[in-house]
Amino acid sequence: MPNEVTSPNKYKQAALAARESGDYQAIVDLIPYAGLIGIKVYDMGIHPTFIMPANKDNIGNPMLPAIHGGVIGGLMETSAALHLLMTMDSIAMPKIIDFSLDYLRAGRHTDTYASCQVWRQGSRVANVAITAWQTDPAQPIAVARAHFLLVQE
Amino acid sequence: MNDNWTEQARRFVSVLPHCRLLDMSVELASATELHMRLPYSDALIGNPDNGVLAGGCLTTLMDTSCGTAVFVALECNEVCPTLDLRVDYMRSATPGKDIIAVARVIRITASVVFTRCDLYEDTTAAEADVAKLEDDSDKAPKLVATCTAAFMRIGQHLDRSKANAK
Repeated sequence: MPNEVTSPNKYKQAALAARESGDYQAIVDLIPYAGLIGIKVYDMGIHPTFIMPANKDNIGNPMLPAIHGGVIGGLMETSAALHLLMTMDSIAMPKIIDFSLDYLRAGRHTDTYASCQVWRQGSRVANVAITAWQTDPAQPIAVARAHFLLVQE
Repeated sequence: MNDNWTEQARRFVSVLPHCRLLDMSVELASATELHMRLPYSDALIGNPDNGVLAGGCLTTLMDTSCGTAVFVALECNEVCPTLDLRVDYMRSATPGKDIIAVARVIRITASVVFTRCDLYEDTTAAEADVAKLEDDSDKAPKLVATCTAAFMRIGQHLDRSKANAK
């Protein structure tokens, strides 16, 4: 078993606090994987945007160099879960059911952004579209679609 | 021959910085299958309340396993970028367990290579024996996720002169 994972409900408490303060970075900071690949809340406007700053540890193709496709997927999946946390009523971490990811361009070794669109949120399942880009939002490097199970509290 | 495939796969993965960060390793590679291991690590947790691994590191494991299977399956060591990836998550991985990926190349065409990959929780040899003896499917390796991925052949070669010399 993992040793010191954060104490149970520490995350839920942080989620509640973030609802009050609007400081969602505090939640991101509690997710070890988000910290590992460097995800940060970039903009909390009408469309929350996340940033993953350039990081040589995220490279998957050292020849180009390009970001590992799995890391781009990781950024997009995590962004979708965070987006749901920010916009839905429940504070439980949504569970991913499935994920379909289309790579459009190589992810260069530079800052990468992601934002989401919730197309449908039912009582149990949410459908979320995610776009990732680097220099121009109109020229995404990847687009994805994910279903999440909304965990009942 | 088998060792040669595994050796090739290991060399390919060993130069990928993010795979080194995750400590991913090739267990074996053959003409039909490639097995990789992702060790459980607290740094890869996606849900801090229960210690379950983030989907992202599993996506990375599947993308790498399929991509490496493609690399060793093609002659001349072509590097093929991922065109798309579709993942179904069957169950949350048990916290503390390593994840084993089993990737297969399904079909190679002139432009595209089709692959599949399954992720299992690692089962120790002892656990596997008990499951077999007792014929207990609950104790068999648990399927965590499945994936299908397609790769583009763009004709980019690694070390072409060396590959041709073989």
